[in-house]
Amino acid sequence: MDFKNSDTIPGPRTEDHLPHTAQAAVKIVIVGGFGVGKTTMVGSVSEIRPLTTEETMTQAGIGVDDNYGSESKTATTVAMDFGRISITDQLVLYLFGTPGQERFWFLWNGLFEGALGAVVLIDTRRLEVSFDVMGRLEERGVPFVVAVNSFPDAPRYPIEELRTALDLSPEIPIIECDARRRASSRDVLMTLMRFLHSLAMSGALT
Amino acid sequence: MTPPQRKRRRPRPELAPPPLPSVPPTPESGGEDGDNKNPERLYVISGADGARAELDLVTLIVARAAPPPSVTPEQAALLRLCLAPLSVAELSAYLNLPFSAMTALITELITAELVQARAPIVRQALPDRSLLEAVMHGLQKL
Ligand SMILES: Nc1nc2c(ncn2[C@@H]2O[C@H](COP(=O)(O)OP(=O)(O)OP(=O)(O)O)[C@@H](O)[C@H]2O)c(=O)[nH]1
Ligand SMILES: [Mg+2]
Repeated sequence: MDFKNSDTIPGPRTEDHLPHTAQAAVKIVIVGGFGVGKTTMVGSVSEIRPLTTEETMTQAGIGVDDNYGSESKTATTVAMDFGRISITDQLVLYLFGTPGQERFWFLWNGLFEGALGAVVLIDTRRLEVSFDVMGRLEERGVPFVVAVNSFPDAPRYPIEELRTALDLSPEIPIIECDARRRASSRDVLMTLMRFLHSLAMSGALT
Repeated sequence: MTPPQRKRRRPRPELAPPPLPSVPPTPESGGEDGDNKNPERLYVISGADGARAELDLVTLIVARAAPPPSVTPEQAALLRLCLAPLSVAELSAYLNLPFSAMTALITELITAELVQARAPIVRQALPDRSLLEAVMHGLQKL
């Protein structure tokens, strides 16, 4: 990038500027296997055109040890798209569409640690691609809801059959959605927030 | 057709986030007032163990001054971008810099007192219900 010509660096459109009163941000991660609709969901609810943050990792970090220690470490670029929703003049919500593989997560500090919670997107044609990520969230204690992205040719299972297959306890919400539709994606986020709220309430009672 | 079967995993406490202090969005945190003389105060959130929290993807960065002539073109570009608050993630996207390079650049500018960092609110063992309610209210308006 040519920083000498920094006047031409693309920035937010004027209408996308956050107010000066914006004091803090929270984040939610949208996670799932390859091609399940993460980018689509981020884009459908974001108030800004979705953006991409990248990080590079060397092969040693990927866990491929064939070339470990060799001079030519190849670097892989990992991209993560994200969007934004202004909640109040003070509070901003960011949504990150995160690759399912945990080996990428450490590239961004606190991506999961600080998140309010997660949406796990699943595609019933390839349920198993989201198994690992759910286990990782369970291990880390990140609360999540499951959103079933309705692809037209995908098998439709009753929710309770899915719950059994995914081995999810009864309180974890499972909902159908169409990630291309803003209202549907918004409902998924609302379901996550209500779930987090119920966890907070029950936590407060014990 | 029967779906494939998953088996749930147990929480592993060693992977859970360390308990963090509440970071309320205090107005003008890191502002010009006297007890913020130490620039470190602006971006280091001390945990119970005194550990420093690093810049998060959603830490909001705001310019405190117009770019002085001494800054590099890269720093000047960043300062112009964050005349209004902008997250580290957005800065990384607009400047087309990897996240790690972005945090290094911002840290320099915090030290030089050219930008202010507004810490994110992170998940806590006991989440703040009013925060969750505010987010729900905001989503309802979408
Ligand atoms: N019918 C239908 N198609 C969808 C839906 N969500 C996403 N798609 C389509 O599925 C394809 C993949 O969606 P993406 O949003 O790119 O998926 P992703 O999870 O970001 O994919 P990767 O980043 O490559 O892992 C695109 O062609 C979308 O248009 C949905 O809810 N319904
Ligand atoms: Mg994608």
